Amino acid sequence: MSDKTLHIDLVAADRAVWSGDAKMVIAKTVEGEIGLLAGHEPMLAILSEGEVRITLPTGESIKASANGGFLSVENDVVTIVARHAELS
Amino acid sequence: MGAQLRVYRQKIKSAQTTKKITRAMELISASRIYKAQQRLAAANPYSRAITRAVSAVATFSNIDHPLTTERAQIRRAAVVIFTSDRGLAGAFSSNVLKETEQLTQLLKDQGKEVVYYLVGRKAVGFFSFRKRSAIRSWTGGTDLPVFTTAEEISTQVVDAFNAGYDNGGVDEIHLVYNKFVSMISQEPQVVRLLPLEIVEGVQTPEAGEVFPLYEFEPDVNKVLDALLPVYIESRIFNAMLQSAAAEHAARQKAMKSATENADKLIKNYTRLSNSARQSEITQQISEIVGGADALVDTSDKE
Repeated sequence: MSDKTLHIDLVAADRAVWSGDAKMVIAKTVEGEIGLLAGHEPMLAILSEGEVRITLPTGESIKASANGGFLSVENDVVTIVARHAELS
Repeated sequence: MGAQLRVYRQKIKSAQTTKKITRAMELISASRIYKAQQRLAAANPYSRAITRAVSAVATFSNIDHPLTTERAQIRRAAVVIFTSDRGLAGAFSSNVLKETEQLTQLLKDQGKEVVYYLVGRKAVGFFSFRKRSAIRSWTGGTDLPVFTTAEEISTQVVDAFNAGYDNGGVDEIHLVYNKFVSMISQEPQVVRLLPLEIVEGVQTPEAGEVFPLYEFEPDVNKVLDALLPVYIESRIFNAMLQSAAAEHAARQKAMKSATENADKLIKNYTRLSNSARQSEITQQISEIVGGADALVDTSDKE
């Protein structure tokens, strides 16, 4: 497995909730859950209400709830933009 | 104590109490500007991400969306006015209201009907005093705007826009708010929100870089459908945050000059009261001397 990482920005309307590097991120779009690894093709998807799971390079995982917004991926930078988002 | 002196002392006291109040308000506002600026900065990543996404979508689809299409005939326009809840902020609210009057005149000259959405108690007061009606108003949170209010406003105006003139809606939406330029300068801004003509601050890819070829999930139009209302929300929220920061800056400035004025008044009245006291003393002395002279004169004659 490659040791490339993704850079994640999780932002809510009024603040940046979390930002950092991660191995994998799983989010729920209107089409269903999607898992993203480094090297994913550029994408813009609509988020549905649900949990975002971020796996850190160390293996730990961070969970957050996000509601209403979208997710964009490009050049290993994942931006999760939600109206309301909170670490849980 | 003479009457004149008493009046001066009273005035000095009153100026001193006023000064205490304005000084306190100045300090409070100064600390709140900083917080408001921080909130503005905190909301930046969100609006940047959205602007970038909207620009990306715009480059890949020739946007043909109801929210971006100019209607053939514009018959009713809505104006959203952002003022403050409280006064004592100099010309903060009246600047916005003045700007609104000009915009209204312009729109009416173009043959459009104008309806209003109000944010802040000052706008509501202005309208009720002139017995003018507004569709809806939001009050009570202008110095610390929350995102839910922005969502509410945005839903309301987008619904009105989608309804169109025939169903009692509007064909055009404008925002009027104070922009926070710096600590000492706030500028009233008039922005047309809908239909979206140009995406404000579109990020054009730098030379040599192009927007990546995005895959859209589920598809371009659905993404655009979801994205545009979010974009509008973020623009409204930004206007509210700008307005809040500008309000505190305007209040700080107004209170600073009020404190300085109070200082000047105190100084002037102190001078006047000193000379009043001195002339009172002089008068008393001359009365005593005059009285003594008269007594001497009468005793001499005997």
